Formats: sequence, C-alpha cells, structure tokens
Amino acid sequence: MSRIRVLVGTRKGAFILTSDGKRERWDVSGPHFGGWEMYHLKASPADPNRLYASQSSSWFGQLIQRSNDGGKTWEPVGNKFVYDGPTGTHLWYDGTPHPWEFARVWHLEPSASDPDTIYAGVEDAALFRSNDGGQTWHELPGLRTHKSAQSWQPGAGGMCLHTIVLDPVHAGRIFIAISAAGVFRSDDDAKTWRPMNRGLRSEQIPNPTAEVGHCVHRIAMHRSRPSVLFMQKHWDVMRSDDAGESWREVSGNLPTDFGFPIDVHAHEPETIYVVPIKSDSEHYPPDGKLRVYRSRSGGNEWEPLTRGLPQRDCYVNVLRDAMAVDALDPCGVYFGTSGGQVYVSPDAGDNWRPIVEHLPAVVAVEVQTLP
Amino acid sequence: MIVRVVLPSHLRTLASVDREVKLDLAGPATQRSVLDALEARYPMLRGTIRDQVTHQRRAFVRFFACEEDLSHESPDAPLPEAVATGAEPFLVVGAMAGG
Repeated sequence: MSRIRVLVGTRKGAFILTSDGKRERWDVSGPHFGGWEMYHLKASPADPNRLYASQSSSWFGQLIQRSNDGGKTWEPVGNKFVYDGPTGTHLWYDGTPHPWEFARVWHLEPSASDPDTIYAGVEDAALFRSNDGGQTWHELPGLRTHKSAQSWQPGAGGMCLHTIVLDPVHAGRIFIAISAAGVFRSDDDAKTWRPMNRGLRSEQIPNPTAEVGHCVHRIAMHRSRPSVLFMQKHWDVMRSDDAGESWREVSGNLPTDFGFPIDVHAHEPETIYVVPIKSDSEHYPPDGKLRVYRSRSGGNEWEPLTRGLPQRDCYVNVLRDAMAVDALDPCGVYFGTSGGQVYVSPDAGDNWRPIVEHLPAVVAVEVQTLP
Repeated sequence: MIVRVVLPSHLRTLASVDREVKLDLAGPATQRSVLDALEARYPMLRGTIRDQVTHQRRAFVRFFACEEDLSHESPDAPLPEAVATGAEPFLVVGAMAGG
C-alpha cells in the first residue's frame, strides 16, 4: 500500500508526518532543527529519499539541509548565496532605491529528473541553482538583471521569490513569482525572462494594470496541462490558458478573493483549491470560519468545504506554501495554519481532520506519495 | 596556542560540539584568526557568525571575553591575553532578542 510523507516547515522547526495510504493514523517526527525558521522542505521527484530544507534565523542566517534517507538524518550543505555581479538597487517601501541584500531562501524546487539539481528562490528576489546536491549555489542572474528590476518593491513579507514552477513538458520553461513584482517566465532555462502579468489588476499600485508590480501570492499548475496556470493574487484568483501570456479573473462567488495558497487536484486539472482570507489587514478567515473553497470548473463556481474544519472562533492564516496534494485516489489535500494545525482531507476536500494541532506556526507543507 | 571558544546553543547543535571548543592557533589570537580556525574545523558554521564574503559580523551575533563586549573591536585587534593563553574563553553569543 502507498505511504504518505508530509514535510512541514514551521517558525520553530520542521516536522515530518507519515501515514499509510488510508491517511488515518499518523506518526509525527520532529522537531528537526528546533528553534529555526523552516521556510520550505521539498523532496526530489527523482529520488524520494532526497530531501532539501531551508533553515534560517535572524541570528545565524541561512542554512540548507539535505537528507538522503527521507528525513531520518540530515547534513548541512552549501549556504553561500552570492549575487552574480553588481547587485544594483530595487525600490524600498518608501520608494527610494535600496541595494539588493540576501535575506533567506523562501522556496526550494528540485529538478524532476536529477536529484542533485535544485532551484532556490530567495529574498531579495533572485533565482539560484545548484547542480551538485546543494553543495554550491550559483545565481541565474538574468532575472534579477531584468530591465524592470529597478522598479520592483517588496511586499509586506519582503521582496521574495516564493514560487518556482518547472514546466514538465516544455524544456527550459520556468515560471517564477515575486512579491511584489509578479510572474515571470523563462523559455531558455533561466537565461532571459519576460513578465507575465497581462490581465492582472491591482488597485494598490499607481498603474493598476502595470507590466510589473503585482503582489502575486502563488501560482499552480497541473502536470498534464502546463499551459494552464492558476494564481492567488493579493486580491483576486486568476487563471491563464496560454502559459501566462494573459490572465482572467475567476474569483466568482468566493466570499473574499484575498488569500495565499492555491493548488490543483492531482487527477482533475479543473479542480482547484483556495483558502479565502478576510483581507490584507486581517489575516484570518471571514466570520471565524475556516473554509477551503473548491472549484471543479477551473474557477468562477466555488463551493465551501467545511466538514471537519472549525466553523467558529477560528482566526488562523494559511500561508502561500502551506497547501499541497498527494497523488492517491481519492486525492488527499493538506494545509497548515499559523495556529500550528495541519489538516488532511483524504477525499479531495469533502472531509477534513487535523493531523497535528499544536505545532509552531506553519509556513510550508509539501506531500510525498511513496510506493 | 590553544584558544577556547564558547558557541551559542544552536551553533553547538549545528556543529555537533559541546559548549566549548578548543582551537590551536598558529599566529596571534584575533577575532579573525579565531573565526578562521573555527570555520576551517567546522565548515558548517560558515555564514552563521559572519558574512561569508565580507566577513562582517552578523547583526545579532556578539563577541564577549573577559567580561567585555569586543563586538565592535577591529577583527584584527589582538584579543585579551587571557583569551590568547586559554585562561578565558572567547564567547560567541546570540544577541538577546525575542522571536
């Protein structure tokens, strides 16, 4: 029977949750790296026992940890993230030029085919790659030196490159998202980039339809259909059917279209999930009810999923990297909260139950489906 | 010359060492020579105490010895005699701050 391994990053360490395919009984391992902020953990699709983790703290900076045994043991690998060439400036919160400064790794995206190749999205926004299992890191500077980069500004969480989507069909095509610059696409293995924000509208910037400057929170893709992308923007849930060339809003009947994560069902490319959050100044669900919303039509028509989730007095948040799906049938859906809960739905969102309820604030959730 | 270095808890865990490590220095004991020797022996500590390129001390890390804060001393200034002789440890401290 298949097994499930859930990789959880929190503000104070990492946890690994494991279960058989029924997803009813869970073993909890951790905290790993207790006391450290674990922004992201992710496994190599090419070697499920090869895990990477981003470990950081305000005191001691950035570390990258690697495991070759599914998280039983870890070893620190390279943590030297140096921008390639002159760093130049971007805009600071007050609109003044501010030099690029490395702060942390937000997101790790291993290659689908090579366990030693991995991409890292960092703050201040840039894309790095390692070809030797994380021992050394090299910036792919075409993004940071894009002609628009001087105008990029940080979102409230910093100017972070938080989303990396590797196209499984078109060789060399990579999508990334930066808060608050927007989506960029490369078709030549990260050498050159184009902004992919046509159709986005953000009233919080001087030109609401500007080519860059949008606070994109997350983009998601189904492997079988890489030209279709879904986006949770600061406000608005969006969809692209042309690989990011244009976007249209599919917020439909959501109670609020602010939120952070968005994900796609493992077997139904038109079934997507979001967690509506009341507003950008109130980072909690509307009415104290924690509800995942599911659309089976690729957006516009949404249904609340509430069974097993708290429907009163709930004021947690769900961050952009804190939702994932497994590959079982029925598809399992998982998310973690700022209140330290990790929930699972083993039936595509119909029913939910907590796996753990009292972890530190959850930052990231990734899921592995193991044979 | 043997210099004693005390690391903060998180870095002891990272380097898999006890509270105090002993380093054999060939030359004069300075912040730079101590940290060079520390990072050479425990490469996983690179970047956690000072920047890997500029060697600037991380903002929330302090250096204490002999009941003095040496954090703002030149990295090439001689450390107190008591540190150089191993009578007193060189303390790497995580600044007291919430979080």
